[in-house]
Amino acid sequence: MSPVSRGFHRRHQEAEPAGRVPPGQYVTHDFPVLSAGPTPHTRLTDWTFSIEGGQEPVSWTWQEFQALPSETVTVDIHCVTRWSKLDTSWKGVSLDVLLDAVSYTAPYVLAFCDGGYTTNLPVADLTGGKAWVAYSYHGAALQAEHGGPARLLVPHLYFWKSAKWVRGLRLRDTDEPGFWEMYGYHMYGDPWREQRYAGD
Amino acid sequence: MAGTAVRGRLTWQTATVATVTDETLAVRTLVLAIPDWGGHRAGQHLDIRLTGDDGYQAERSYSIASAPGEPVAITVERLEDGEVSPYLTQDVLAGDEIEVRGPIGGYFVWDGAAADSVPLLLAAGGSGVVPLRAILRHRCRVGSSVPVRLLYSARSQAEVIYRSELSAPADDVQVIYTLTRQQPAGWTGYARRVDQQMMAEVAWPASGASGASGPLAYVCGPTNFVEAVAADLVALGYPPQRVKTERFGATGTP
Repeated sequence: MSPVSRGFHRRHQEAEPAGRVPPGQYVTHDFPVLSAGPTPHTRLTDWTFSIEGGQEPVSWTWQEFQALPSETVTVDIHCVTRWSKLDTSWKGVSLDVLLDAVSYTAPYVLAFCDGGYTTNLPVADLTGGKAWVAYSYHGAALQAEHGGPARLLVPHLYFWKSAKWVRGLRLRDTDEPGFWEMYGYHMYGDPWREQRYAGD
Repeated sequence: MAGTAVRGRLTWQTATVATVTDETLAVRTLVLAIPDWGGHRAGQHLDIRLTGDDGYQAERSYSIASAPGEPVAITVERLEDGEVSPYLTQDVLAGDEIEVRGPIGGYFVWDGAAADSVPLLLAAGGSGVVPLRAILRHRCRVGSSVPVRLLYSARSQAEVIYRSELSAPADDVQVIYTLTRQQPAGWTGYARRVDQQMMAEVAWPASGASGASGPLAYVCGPTNFVEAVAADLVALGYPPQRVKTERFGATGTP
């Protein structure tokens, strides 16, 4: 039973839309930036997206990637630092399209990025229309500080799983922790179950 | 990724506010008596949870302001449209109980271990100085002699947090201010937002020491500040992996 904090009360009376804001989150209209190091700037001519660990490695150049079928989606995003942002609009390539190009059986991936960031995800959370590699935000090219030229978008998990500056996926037989997961953040990160830290 | 500890579950516990100290008009330090605190590392943060009498709860993360081994302290800046920070900076009194859990985070930390025996560049924007102050205090407590430069960007002298503490730095610790909006009469220091020229003057030279012997930078503050400092350091030759950043979360409503 939590002790009552004498004199503390809700200050934001506007009701948050029912069922859209996970426990412990609040809605922000900003788009905060959180990263562990400097923002990398990769030239599009040097950019590729690769999937490793399948039967054959596959890779797309920026130009090839732009030619893949894209989708525009509007989703809510939830950061482990407790902000949620509703109705964000993204354009990108579904992971279904990308993983269809590979023959594999591995149940997990480690996403890898410019700057050395990694994060781990089950393949089942990337397929079935739940995840994208997004390169456009609200109709404009995705800014570098928000993960451009392209980032993962896995909106049903805490946003650290939506790795910025993503460059590819490594298919893996076991679920091994990525960057924040090694520092004690949750291996899966479901905001609706408040899986912020290991053991939550 | 050395130094990663496998932890058990972080559980909420009730802490008692031991002391409350005003740092500036809008910033207050709370020392917390936490019954079961397993220790922390300089640079880590903790979570606070408040509960209203109607059961409404709000959680936020705050950097730990004290060194490992010292009583746990947080320093909170009041954001006028916030929900938790006005309570922590105006309403809370010594003796009040609040829930905490932690420590959290293991990347933006400095342990003072042998591998950390390189010059430190600390860059703070506003209340981004809080985890860097924990690093400075830890450096003193472990008797480290690594040279440190702290570049502290504040809007005015009145908004400098830990001003008296920083006015008497330890040996080999230099504190360099830039006051971006208002300067006292006779001010001869920097009076502008950080830029590459300033970083070139203040930062330890990257000096080709790109490996583990080069300087290590810790940058904490609002996004614009962190983006600028980190980009300038990379342009000056700092390898990106030697520039650790911590950016504040939402600017609107924490």
